[in-house]
Amino acid sequence: MSAALVTTNPASPNAVPQADALLEIRHLSKSFAENRNMLQFASGRPARVLQAVRDVSLSVRPGETLGVVGESGCGKSTLGRCIAGLYEPSAGDVLWQGRPLSAIGNRRAASRQIQMIFQDPYSSLNPRMTLQQTLSEALKAHGLGGSGKQRIERVEELLLTVGLPPRLKDRLPHALSGGQRQRVSIARALALEPRLIVADEPVSALDASVQAQIINLFEELRDKFGIAFIFIAHDLNVVRHISHRIAVMYLGEVVELAEADALFETPRHPYTKALLSAIPWPDPEHRVTSTGLEGELPDPLNPPAGCSFSTRCCWVEAACQAQHPTLDTFDPGHLVRCRRMREIN
Amino acid sequence: MSTATSLMTVDGLVTRFNGHGAAVTAVDGVSFDIRPGEIFGLVGESGCGKSATCRSLIRLFGGAPAEVAGGSILFDGLDLATLNDRRMEDIRGARIAMIFQDPMTALNPTMSIGEQICEGLRRHRGLGRRAAREEAVALLASVGVTSPGSRLNAYPHQFSGGMRQRVLIAIALACRPKLLIADEPTTALDVTIQDQILKLILRLRDDSGMSVLLVTHDLGVVAQTCDRVAVMYAGRIAEMGETRQIFRRPAHPYTRALLDALPAHAGRGTKLKPIGGEPPNLAAPPVGCRFHPRCAHAIDRCRQSLPDLHAVEPGHESACLRVEELGL
Amino acid sequence: MMAWLSPDTRARFRRNRSLQVGLILLVVLLAITFGGPLLLTTDPIAVDFGQALLPPSASNWFGTDDLGRDVFTRVVTAAQIDLQIAIMCVLLPFLIGTAVGLVSGYIGGKTDIVLMRLVDILWAFPFYVLVIAIVGSLGPSIANMYLAFTLVAWISFARIVRGEVLLIKRMEYVQAAKVLGYSHLRIILRHVLPNAITPAIVFMMADVVLTILAVTSLGFLGLGIQPPTPEWGVMIAEGRNFIFDGWWGSLFPGLAIVYVGVTFALLGDGLDDFLRPKA
Repeated sequence: MSAALVTTNPASPNAVPQADALLEIRHLSKSFAENRNMLQFASGRPARVLQAVRDVSLSVRPGETLGVVGESGCGKSTLGRCIAGLYEPSAGDVLWQGRPLSAIGNRRAASRQIQMIFQDPYSSLNPRMTLQQTLSEALKAHGLGGSGKQRIERVEELLLTVGLPPRLKDRLPHALSGGQRQRVSIARALALEPRLIVADEPVSALDASVQAQIINLFEELRDKFGIAFIFIAHDLNVVRHISHRIAVMYLGEVVELAEADALFETPRHPYTKALLSAIPWPDPEHRVTSTGLEGELPDPLNPPAGCSFSTRCCWVEAACQAQHPTLDTFDPGHLVRCRRMREIN
Repeated sequence: MSTATSLMTVDGLVTRFNGHGAAVTAVDGVSFDIRPGEIFGLVGESGCGKSATCRSLIRLFGGAPAEVAGGSILFDGLDLATLNDRRMEDIRGARIAMIFQDPMTALNPTMSIGEQICEGLRRHRGLGRRAAREEAVALLASVGVTSPGSRLNAYPHQFSGGMRQRVLIAIALACRPKLLIADEPTTALDVTIQDQILKLILRLRDDSGMSVLLVTHDLGVVAQTCDRVAVMYAGRIAEMGETRQIFRRPAHPYTRALLDALPAHAGRGTKLKPIGGEPPNLAAPPVGCRFHPRCAHAIDRCRQSLPDLHAVEPGHESACLRVEELGL
Repeated sequence: MMAWLSPDTRARFRRNRSLQVGLILLVVLLAITFGGPLLLTTDPIAVDFGQALLPPSASNWFGTDDLGRDVFTRVVTAAQIDLQIAIMCVLLPFLIGTAVGLVSGYIGGKTDIVLMRLVDILWAFPFYVLVIAIVGSLGPSIANMYLAFTLVAWISFARIVRGEVLLIKRMEYVQAAKVLGYSHLRIILRHVLPNAITPAIVFMMADVVLTILAVTSLGFLGLGIQPPTPEWGVMIAEGRNFIFDGWWGSLFPGLAIVYVGVTFALLGDGLDDFLRPKA
């Protein structure tokens, strides 16, 4: 179904689709109140609030891959889950093809449009269900794939699409390797023919050579079915390869948003620069000797006033700590959240 | 090839795991040497035997049914493979220290970190309580922990992952070991914290002259930190040499494939080049060269004999039979 | 579920000594329990003072009691009653406790808090005190025993299942099921329940042993099955009266209880191993 809807299939990741935004997030925030025991509850003090995602606005076009990178505590996973419907946003809107997501209908209807792939291949499949059962369930629950025999054929077709031999369909997950299990998770997501897939660190738990196989698979599927991806990861090299645009997150906010190559060649935010220079480059002739980023992530329950990165930034000034910077345009298509972005570049 | 100045010489190490009846030879004839003051990398994918190798050196299997079944481990004039448990304890922590991958579980949650550091200081260096605490403060400072005096009484759960790894390094260094074994010390950490920890290890090596055996799966880490490196596959070493040599002229098809598969080496728009197939089952490894089922250059000879390492250029060895033929 | 008969399952069964022995003992137990009475020729309740207190012999395998009744016949007849009660007294709490644990764990929030406080309150009372109080006040009968056990024993199952559900809720396959748009009912029944229930099943096996003891204890106290219906606990109690003249009166019912206990203990142990899916 989605193959028929696609208007442009970018054969190369450099061709950016022209259609209107498929998904748009406006000022999305998600907070969690900390768990408290009876004593703390009785004390009358309000629960402290963890702002996992703070005022994030992003858009994804049909067939586009948006990479979201950042380190622990940046909120990228929480953002992904808000988009996939696992969390209810505390504030902000999620728009699908221009209309609020709630207008699509209930959770079931939304799941036909937006799907998700998770990080841990060892817990993303029900250990007691065979591959056939897992995939059939997805089809049956949404009235897809026809009746009994047709459904079995559709399951085999899905397995082939993700590069697995159909004879594996009667196996249980424990008989498969991590890479194979991830493929099954992808097949399960594809069964619903979604237009957007949120992939939350889908290759982080896999070996390097298997990672490459799965990344190739993503790109193949993207090209074949025109599915848009939100690719959440911490490995920048992988994200660069697969994304059209990349958003860098720190402490719940987007600090930089740009086309993939632009981000890598000319990073403008101090955190992005630090992140890129921290990546161990596989070339012994080029050893990075400068001191990297110092310090630790601030307590997310108590974020710094002003710029979140001010506690670790080497270009910090007094004004940085006083005023919270906004996401401004550096170049067309390149947004940066730093007051000093022009001075330091 | 061991030289007279090697700190540790491992020769023909064989380690077996006996579980559920089936015996798995996780390390099958591994030989290498570590020189004083060098950072030696052991790189490979999961299941290649790199973790088993470093645990075999100090016989720390964590209760797993494993044993060193062959070979010798010469360190400071002793063969660690034949040492009894009591003497091994004297060496572990004092002359050879180890840090692990998961800083969350490597620290005892019910002891303050001061107590954990002092434990080693008092056992191996015989320091009294006051002296041990002072030394602990100095150690924490040397690994970059701010306000070390007040942190001594803190508990592990109050520290972040990066801080805990620093504490673990402090504990490891407490007794001024000659060799630090680091088993994937940064795999569980964020990239900027990884950078900090690796630079810390480099600085500590420069300051104290200790050697480091660094186990990792990340070729980038190898390139940035290691002086020499051994590439392991399926329990054996496929290639070994100076880091520069390995990257400039990879002399084994597996090493080549690993480097080719890196996203950093792929241009945008081109497909990544994964290594086809799956790593072998070590309970029943392939006959002959272990890599032949996945090797594009395998011939009959590869399927018959298990190749040993041989020199390709000075200081650089490869276990591929066809190195010269293929012009690798 | 073809998965049950897979070669992997058969291999796991072959390795599992506890399960194999437990099943053999169970089959023997069931054969004797249901087949036995059909083959018995003696009447378990017929009194014959002339035959009182005969030691075990070829004609009375377990001897006779003080009323001349054949002990072997009574032990075998009692098996049906004791097993039936034990299973019902375990099954009903298992079903109720599992349902409560599932709902409480999955929904969470206030529902969870309320249900768990209820469990805590009931937990505070000693098990036997509650059961005896209920049976004692309502009168000894099989129906009241079922009622008492059901009201009291469900809390263990609820706690066990809730604990597992809390862990499983966080598994990515449950999160995936939500994203896949499955109804909560489907998620609970298809994804959470099968993976959460193993510890409860294993506990149920152990509980059968404890419940048999509880039922026989009630019988011993006179609050259970009423004579002359044979029941192991009652037999042990009555056997006390002539223990020096006929030790066999109490011993054999006691051994029967031990046998059932061992059977279910082995089954529980074996099932624990067998039911755990490989990761």
